[in-house]
Amino acid sequence: MTINEIQEEIVEEFSMFDDWMQRYEYMIELGKSLPLIETQYKTDDNIIKGCQSKVWVHAELENDKLVFTADSDAIITKGIIAILIRTFSHQSPKDIIEADTGFIDEIGLKEHLSPTRANGLVSMIKQLKLYAIAYQTQLN
Amino acid sequence: MIQTALDIQTIRKDFPILNRKVNGNPLVYLDNAATSQTPQQVIDVIVDYYSSYNANIHRGVHALSQEATDAYENARHKIQTHFNIAKPQEVILSSGTTHSINLVANGFSSLLKKGDEVLVSAMEHHSNIVPWQMLCERTGAVLKVIPMSLEGELLMDEYRALLSPRTKLVFCNHVSNALGTINPIQEIIDEAHKVGAVVVIDGAQAAPHIKADMQQLDVDFYTVSAHKLCGPTGVGMLYGKEEWLTKLPPYQGGGEMIAEVTFEKTTYADLPHKFEAGTPNICGGIAFGAALDYLNAIGMENIAQYEHELLTYATQQLLNIEGLKIYGTAKEKTSVISFNIEEIHPYDIGTILDKLGIAVRTGHHCAQPVMDFFGIPGTVRASFSFYNTKEEVDLLVKAVERARSMLL
Repeated sequence: MTINEIQEEIVEEFSMFDDWMQRYEYMIELGKSLPLIETQYKTDDNIIKGCQSKVWVHAELENDKLVFTADSDAIITKGIIAILIRTFSHQSPKDIIEADTGFIDEIGLKEHLSPTRANGLVSMIKQLKLYAIAYQTQLN
Repeated sequence: MIQTALDIQTIRKDFPILNRKVNGNPLVYLDNAATSQTPQQVIDVIVDYYSSYNANIHRGVHALSQEATDAYENARHKIQTHFNIAKPQEVILSSGTTHSINLVANGFSSLLKKGDEVLVSAMEHHSNIVPWQMLCERTGAVLKVIPMSLEGELLMDEYRALLSPRTKLVFCNHVSNALGTINPIQEIIDEAHKVGAVVVIDGAQAAPHIKADMQQLDVDFYTVSAHKLCGPTGVGMLYGKEEWLTKLPPYQGGGEMIAEVTFEKTTYADLPHKFEAGTPNICGGIAFGAALDYLNAIGMENIAQYEHELLTYATQQLLNIEGLKIYGTAKEKTSVISFNIEEIHPYDIGTILDKLGIAVRTGHHCAQPVMDFFGIPGTVRASFSFYNTKEEVDLLVKAVERARSMLL
C-alpha cells in the first residue's frame, strides 16, 4: 500500500467514531500495537526533543524500505507515533520525504499539530522525515 | 460543606473568561499557580489607561505624562502598603520574579568571592536555581542545597547545620510551585541573619494566598509577579532593603536610571529608579496596583481561608481515586495539589482533562530537581483560586476518574 492509501484507510477508521472520546480510545488501542523499539536503541540519542513525554524512535533500512520502531512513556503519545509509523514504515525514503501529513487534521487530531503543543507531533513528523533524508542520502 | 464568608458566585461574575467554553465544555480553570485570571475591574484599568492617559512617565511636562506618572507612582504606593514596606524607594517595579531574581543575583557578583557559600532550597523553580548557579560560576562561590523530606518539607536541622560564617546568601521560595509547601521563612530569615547572610525570598507563589509583611519578616529581598495575583503579565515587584539596594550596582543601563551622563562618567539616579532603566511597563504597573485593590476588597484572609477549604475538600476527594498519589503533603500548604495515578503518564491525564474543559498543568513544573527527588517524570498539578468552586472540584475528580478508566 502507498502512504496515501494507508492514510485514507486510517481516515476511514477514524470516521466511524462520533466523538473525541471514542477517537482517543481507538488511538490508545493503536498505541498498544506499536512496533516496539528494541531496548538497545532506547537511548538518549534516539529521544525526540520537544515532547513532554519521552518518545524514542529507531529506523532501519530493509530492502530499500524504511522500517520504524518506537516507544513512549505516555500512552496517547504512543498512539500518535503508532499512527505515524503505520503510514511511514515499509515505505521508500523518497516517498516518506514527499509525504503529506494533512490526514492528521482529518482524523480529528488537528489540535496536536500546533508547533507549540507540548506533545511534539510536529517534532515526530520532522524526525521521521529526517531519518528518511539520511537514508535517502545513503541510498544515493 | 465548604464554609466561607465570600459570595463566590458574585465574585465569578468579575471574571469574564470563566464564562467561556473549552472543547465544548464550560471552562474549569485549575492552573492558577501558573497564572491567575483577570477580573473586569483590572481589565477596565488597562483599557482606561490606553484610552485616556497613555504617555511616557517621569519626564513629560504635559498633562497626560503627569497623569500617567501619578497613576504609576500611586501603584507603587499601593504595593508598598500591601506588603508593609517601610519606604517607597524600596519597591522596585520589575518585569516579574525572574527579572527580580536575576537583578539581585547579578548585583551580588561584585559582593561575593571564592569560597563564599550560597544556599538554595531543594524545592526551587528553575528560575531560582540557574541565576544562583551563574552567580557561583562568576564568583567561585559554592552552591549548597537545603534538603527536603518526602512530605516536601525543608529539613530545618540540616539547614541550620549548613549555615556558617561562609554563608553569604540564602535563597528560598515562600511557597513551592510544584508542591504547594509553605516554607517557614521567618525561621529561615532569622537563622540566616544570625550568621550575617542575606536572605532572598521568592514570593511568586505565596502572594496570591498570603499577605507577607516585609518589616515583620525583616527579609532582605522579596519578589512577586503580578500575573499570579489577578494582575497582568510582564510586571512584578522586587522588594529590597534600602541598605542592600544601595550597595548593589545597577543591573541594566538606560534612560530613567541616570542622574547625569557625559562620555566620561555617568552618575546613577536614586532608588528606585537606579534599577528601573528604560520605559517601564507603565500600564502593567498601574494594573498591578488595581489588582491589589481588588484582592484587598475581598480580603486576603477570606481568600486564604476559602482556598484552604477547597484544598482540604479536593485532597479528600482525589485520594478516593484508586492508585492516586499526592506529591507534597506538608502540614502547611497553599491550594496546590500535585498528583499522579499509578503508571499513567501525567501528560495523558492532562490531555484527557483538557478535552473535558479542565485546565491543569502537567510536566515537571520547571522544577526538575523536585521531580528527580521523587523519581517521577512529572505530575498533574491542579491549583485552586478563590473563584473556583466545590462543584469544579467535583468535575475535576469525575474527569480524573474518567481519564483513569480510559488510560489504564
